[in-house]
Amino acid sequence: MEVALMIPCYIDVFYPQVGIATLELLERLGVDVVYPKEQTCCGQPMANSGCYEEARATEEHCARLFGSYEYVVTPSGSCTYHIRNKFTAAADSKEKESLCRNTYDLVEFLHDVLKVREFPWATFEHKLAFHTSCSAIRGLNMASMTERVHDPVFSKPKALLSGVSGVQFVDFERVDECCGFGGTFSVTEEAVAAKMGYDKLAFMQKSSPDCIVSSDMSCLMHLQGCARRQKQNIPFLHIAEILNGVSL
Amino acid sequence: MSYDNQARNAVLAAVQANQPSSLPMPKIPRSSPTPSADLVENFGKGLTRMAGSIISETIPDLDKFIRGRFPDAKVICSTVPECTGTIRPEDLTQWSGAANIDVSVVRTPLGVAETGSVLLSDLELRVNTIAFLSHDIVVLLDPRHIVPNIHDAYEHPHFATRPYCVLMTGPSGSADIGGITVHPAQGVKTLTVILKAEQQTN
Amino acid sequence: MRAVDQAKNAEAFLEDNVREERLDKLLWGMRLRRDDAARQVPEWEELRNLASEIKEHTLSNLSHYLIEFEAKATANGVHVHWARDAHEHNQIVHDLLAEQNISALVKAKSMLTEECELRPFLETRNIKVYETDLGERIQQLDDQPPGHIVVPSIHKTQKDVANLFAKNYGSDPNNEDPAYLAGVMRENTRQHILEAHAGMTGGNFLVAETGAVVVATNEGNAELSAHTPQLHIVSVGIEKLVPTTESLAVFVRLLTRSATGEAITQYTSTFRAARKGSVMHIILVDNGRSYRLGLERFWHSLKCIRCSACINTCPVYRRSGGLSYGSTYMGPIGIIMMPTFNVRKFSELPFASTLNGSCTNVCPVKIDIHEQIYGWREVMEEKGQIQVVKKQAMKVADKVLSSPTLYQIATASVSTALDVLPHFAIYNRLNAWGKHRDVPEAASETFHEWYKNHRLKANEVLGL
Repeated sequence: MEVALMIPCYIDVFYPQVGIATLELLERLGVDVVYPKEQTCCGQPMANSGCYEEARATEEHCARLFGSYEYVVTPSGSCTYHIRNKFTAAADSKEKESLCRNTYDLVEFLHDVLKVREFPWATFEHKLAFHTSCSAIRGLNMASMTERVHDPVFSKPKALLSGVSGVQFVDFERVDECCGFGGTFSVTEEAVAAKMGYDKLAFMQKSSPDCIVSSDMSCLMHLQGCARRQKQNIPFLHIAEILNGVSL
Repeated sequence: MSYDNQARNAVLAAVQANQPSSLPMPKIPRSSPTPSADLVENFGKGLTRMAGSIISETIPDLDKFIRGRFPDAKVICSTVPECTGTIRPEDLTQWSGAANIDVSVVRTPLGVAETGSVLLSDLELRVNTIAFLSHDIVVLLDPRHIVPNIHDAYEHPHFATRPYCVLMTGPSGSADIGGITVHPAQGVKTLTVILKAEQQTN
Repeated sequence: MRAVDQAKNAEAFLEDNVREERLDKLLWGMRLRRDDAARQVPEWEELRNLASEIKEHTLSNLSHYLIEFEAKATANGVHVHWARDAHEHNQIVHDLLAEQNISALVKAKSMLTEECELRPFLETRNIKVYETDLGERIQQLDDQPPGHIVVPSIHKTQKDVANLFAKNYGSDPNNEDPAYLAGVMRENTRQHILEAHAGMTGGNFLVAETGAVVVATNEGNAELSAHTPQLHIVSVGIEKLVPTTESLAVFVRLLTRSATGEAITQYTSTFRAARKGSVMHIILVDNGRSYRLGLERFWHSLKCIRCSACINTCPVYRRSGGLSYGSTYMGPIGIIMMPTFNVRKFSELPFASTLNGSCTNVCPVKIDIHEQIYGWREVMEEKGQIQVVKKQAMKVADKVLSSPTLYQIATASVSTALDVLPHFAIYNRLNAWGKHRDVPEAASETFHEWYKNHRLKANEVLGL
């Protein structure tokens, strides 16, 4: 099985280890991974800012590059959501249509396509506070949401992490309240974004986790920024890293 | 007012022009009924949650009961044969006069188990203000007239025929100050429901 | 006219950490009570579907239902008026009062009358208006608009209210007990209610089948205002119609549970005709609703039943406070309604959101709120309402991010990367992102550099 790997721009620059872990993890699972090296970005930051005209060239480049693959996998729920549902600036084309249909978040791909549940090479004897991003929950249906009180409780990322020996989850309040990143919101509404981040960290810290984990690095980038400003050294990890066998 | 017709025509024309293509009306299913034993219990729970009181013991002498429960009450306005009181609603010369009533005594034709509500209309009240300008209200409810839920409640003919109906649930309250619910706000201070079968009148 | 700077207002609100955390906790509590109430109703999601479909049917047949309502209400002896806009509405109210020489009005809560700015209109024409809803009265005395659709003064502490009442009513400023304060309000308002010659209410629902107006209150101040005086004026938006009493039940079961977590309000009242010895008028108000009905992407916002569940769940609202929006309706529902009133003034509101989607999932009538917020952002671009600074930054981003060469050059160094990655590029990156957070650290090599250095052979084999 061949998969094209899409690495979000901010992971490329600030968290390449997440891209490396994603690549290695997929290869461990027997997947042939192609990395189109001309890739840049999916266009989400511009589109979400309302500047969807300014997302056009970027989106079209993305469609040209990835539009011939049966599977495009990215370690980012928000990018996946954007491509699947909001890829409207790019002109219609066969490549765009293919890209929109064939893009998966890494967790989706592992859980629903490869259907893998065991990660025997990985051990992680730690307590982790798992943050499920809003794109993952309400955009991609990767976990249940507390608003819908009658839905059965489920979480695809936690189901995967449960296949890593030693993993323990801690509970915390307001488990699915937004962390405050929200794309360019994190800058245009900086004060509110920071407060939301500080609050989420405080709720998590009450349960004394050893680290904070998510399948969306954008949320973690924001939470880590808040934590470091408060001189908190707690590690932040992407789910790919743990599934690939990282140690703290 | 002549400008009203212009406005009417303009609004209707704009609505007509802009409304989306007709979407169908769904069928509203009936909720499943619960056994009658639950109805009285659930009604009581709903009412007390909203700070109302429920009396299920037999009260042989309603006037005596009210005098005991409201010892300072001077004006008792009764609309029911079971209670004499001191005045009837017809004795009020002005609707605002109900403000002088200490306790109103009325009978409701319907209770709602889902919410602990009682239905009152101008038919039972005769002067509507006795239900909200008075200080306290006592409502007689025949437990056989408790329906399971709000869907059932709205089937009552009052909603189609009476000028005024209210589904009343507990005494007046407000949570506007600091989110803390207090009673009363502007309306009645207490609401007491007495489960009492309706007298057969000839 | 300048756009409301919601972000700046929110920042100011956040400076008082104690007040902000209090409001946030209170409203999150309301969200949790909403969840508990929904748990008690096994058919909750089915009710939401029904409510949404009933409203969609009604709105798509609105002219039919308006005509039916008017005919039934008129047959009940009620006078039905129509107002194209806020001014017309206010004029009708004024004229109804003036022709009876009425100079004082008691009023129950109505967001529509806030929207129309009725009070200042009447007050400048020497008609006194007494709000009878506790929260509205608090805001009236403080000369502030409501900060929340259901609990207008929720941002005020007990101490704030004690001070306000002391100033206006001469009550004890040191007695913060809400029961005491509610009693002060009751005493001071009772006389106005008893003496008023006219009372006004809003309407939660209009029932076409019977010509009735349905009003839900906790205090009973709708009937106090409607039935104590001899003139009852109802102001209600044309979108409030439901077809039948049977359909009304669906909404009554959803409304209060979504708002406060109770099964129903203390008074859920149906006014079908004037009480004996009184006259009833209903004013059907358009004020932009028919326009909104024709907006393909946004007309679903007209389904709103004003429960405020979206407001309570919104993490941005809870950190910003309701007054930060500078608008009649605030929070998520405000964001999607207000631009239809003034696209310029409210051009920033669609950006006061993280698009997290919680609002959409608590909405009892299933308005796709966060999708509409996104949609309004696109409209703002089309209408040229995006700030020049932001647009410039995004233009640069698109140029760089659509060109692999430019992208790789820019990302070769952290400082140039920060100039280009849109999250950091807007405004001055250090002022914005870095005010309360550390900027992420540079990696020693980017992923694409690592791939080139470590995996190029693999690429060549695969023919890339």
